Amino acid sequence: MNLPVTVVATLAWRNLWRNYRRTLIMLITIALGVWSMIFMTALMRGMVDEIVRNGLETLPGEVQIHAPDYRRDPSIVNSMAMPSGALLAALAEPPVIGWSGRVRVPAVISSERDSRGVTLLGVDPVAESNLGSAPDNIIEGRFLEGVDDKGVVIGASLARRLETKLGKRIVIMSQDPENNVADRGARIVGIYKARLPSTEDIFVYSGRSVIQKMLKIEGEVSEIAVTADDYRAVLDWYPAIASAAGPDVEVLPWTELDTYLSTMLRVQDGFALVFMVVIFLALSFGLVNTLVMAVFERVREIGLMQALGMRPGLILAQILLESLYLLFVGLGIGNITAYLSIKSLESGIDISGVAEGMEMMNMSPVLYPALEFSDMLMSTGVVICLGLLASLLPAWKASQLDPVKALAKN
Amino acid sequence: MNVTAVLAWRNLWRHKRRTWLTVGAMVFCNVLLVFLISLQLGSYQMMIENTVSAFTGHIQVQDSDFNDEQKIRQIVPEVIELARQVRASLGVETVAARGIAFALASSEERSFGIQLTGVQPEFERQVSTFPGLISEGRYLDDPQAQEIVIGAILARNLKVTVGDELTFLGSGLDGSFAAGVARIVGIVETGFAEADRAVAEVPLAWFQEVFAMGSAGHSVVVSLPNLEVVDASVVQLRELLAADSQFADAGLAVLDWDALLPGLRQAIQSDMASAWFMYGVLVVLVAFSVLNTQLMSVLERTREFGVMLALGTRPGRLAKLVGLETFVMSCLGLVIGVILGGLLSVYLSYAGFYYPGMEEMAAKFNLPDRMYPEVSVLSLLWGPMIVFAGAMLAAIYPALRLFSLEPVAAMRAVQ
Repeated sequence: MNLPVTVVATLAWRNLWRNYRRTLIMLITIALGVWSMIFMTALMRGMVDEIVRNGLETLPGEVQIHAPDYRRDPSIVNSMAMPSGALLAALAEPPVIGWSGRVRVPAVISSERDSRGVTLLGVDPVAESNLGSAPDNIIEGRFLEGVDDKGVVIGASLARRLETKLGKRIVIMSQDPENNVADRGARIVGIYKARLPSTEDIFVYSGRSVIQKMLKIEGEVSEIAVTADDYRAVLDWYPAIASAAGPDVEVLPWTELDTYLSTMLRVQDGFALVFMVVIFLALSFGLVNTLVMAVFERVREIGLMQALGMRPGLILAQILLESLYLLFVGLGIGNITAYLSIKSLESGIDISGVAEGMEMMNMSPVLYPALEFSDMLMSTGVVICLGLLASLLPAWKASQLDPVKALAKN
Repeated sequence: MNVTAVLAWRNLWRHKRRTWLTVGAMVFCNVLLVFLISLQLGSYQMMIENTVSAFTGHIQVQDSDFNDEQKIRQIVPEVIELARQVRASLGVETVAARGIAFALASSEERSFGIQLTGVQPEFERQVSTFPGLISEGRYLDDPQAQEIVIGAILARNLKVTVGDELTFLGSGLDGSFAAGVARIVGIVETGFAEADRAVAEVPLAWFQEVFAMGSAGHSVVVSLPNLEVVDASVVQLRELLAADSQFADAGLAVLDWDALLPGLRQAIQSDMASAWFMYGVLVVLVAFSVLNTQLMSVLERTREFGVMLALGTRPGRLAKLVGLETFVMSCLGLVIGVILGGLLSVYLSYAGFYYPGMEEMAAKFNLPDRMYPEVSVLSLLWGPMIVFAGAMLAAIYPALRLFSLEPVAAMRAVQ
């Protein structure tokens, strides 16, 4: 007898519903497991995404160009010329969507009341906003108006510590390449709030030309930050920038500028897989149990089928199909509920109760779960592969039953 | 032994494989929970201890606004005297006075704005790990000397090394211009970039002189033998401050590590929250597994239960039987799980646990690159007890079905 595949498939499907309670419980279990795999991974991905994004916002950019010694010694003497020629052309090519040449030096800022050490940024406000690193929340006053803007923009937390406010004068002190103290008075024209309060304490913005003049480095900058707005793709386009920039400067992608962030991303990918496998293992006990029982209560029936000439291969296929049906339906429900629950949380989960701990990990107090298609695929892959593997043993046992003994069994 | 117990035991082994698979699910989950919870508790403990012992200490006495604003005028009067009293009151030597001020530090080539800390060299060694991490030169020893130790990255940025001089400019407590020169006697290398960029310590007496502090400082740092005594010590210190007229009206606050480093506990809590999500899922999955098994075992015995009911057994007794079966199964899962999980955790608490890529994450939280699980009654039983409870809950539905069983219909039921 040569049963067509469709008959086996129908048999397997019907068998599944002979004990509908057991099947339903198993389906709920699989669906719950799959849901938790995808949901948890989306949460973690959202978290890591946020950490990387915030990190890149303060870095800023996905690629930075520096004078060779700047990163080791972030001082004014390690400046370089603004881009020109081939590099300038390369920076205008897609996928680059924005770049900014910035003066970035350590400085001391003093109000009438107090002084603090800060990082002074001489920027071009237009380029900075293309780069996405201009403070997006100015709570008082305005951001800079051009490279010649003589005013400074400081963070709200720094303003508090300096006991100063909008419109007041402060003094900025740094040093020029000859190691002389360079200082100038400036008026606070804007106060910004950052996502992370620690940023507010560090960065002080002023017009680039004004700072270049003060530091006597006309036409030079400390860093050039470049963005293409997709941090995962950076390795594809950064070599073009690097070759255009030439050997006299150091061009690095964010993965090397901030090794903590890139490690984080790697560890997270590994962890998602570990998490899925662990959840599946917890599931697999129930799955194997269900199949063992399904085989056990049908021993006579299987014996009869064998006696009538059904080949062991088909019996194996039938049990495996039953397991596959279970897995697929469970996966379907799990994926749909995961998709729906993540979509409904897309506007963010408020976790401000632990905001300061989040800051320690470079995160903001709202968590946005990030659903990635690849995670859904990965969980499906894990469940199907390991599921079939786990079902092999009971299915194999069923196919190896001795018809005579099986039929005689009570 | 009573009949129900014997019945329950024998029933369990009618389907050996099914029982073991269900117990296996519980054991798997329990081993995992014991391991993960011990690892978590161990790393939290270490995270707190390492962060606290680096510089902050378990408790600090400060002006009540100093922690938020760090202004030079938010002082602790008679700081050395207060430190002495705290030492006497708590009966520990690990108490040090500090002064903190912002200054512009200049070497021959470079200038940087830094936070300068005035310390008592002989006591600072006991409250902070930095003095022990000198990579070059020595730590401060003379409380009066014009000497400084700085972090390795700061030294690199300033282009200085041991023996060079640093000039400080800042403003004193009275608003006067403060200036001083100190010789670098040591470089601190902690391995944590943030600390290596920031550490700058000078002797307290000299600090007080340069910044016109008189006998005042900014904090008294207390390091304690363990976290458990922190709360009691805080209370004791508050009483000490209230009792002394000199300090009672100075607006001082006693802050524990949690108040000094609010991010730390929250980082732990957010980590806990995501971990508990995973534990919750595991427990529910195991509970479903138990539910499935018990429901099956009830359904396949419908006829048998019908006979027992017809013979006069009350449904309550049958429910008790099913409950007892689940109980025995859960106990097996609990005992085996705790033993295996405990062995694994105990082994790793000596050998250490490592996950690739972990060291960089760990460094961010002042952790070493190997984790050592903490094995305690709590970490051993917490997870497994919840699995146990979940399994018992799962048995409720199958057991309840017994009450709606009609003996005659049940006896006729097809298998």
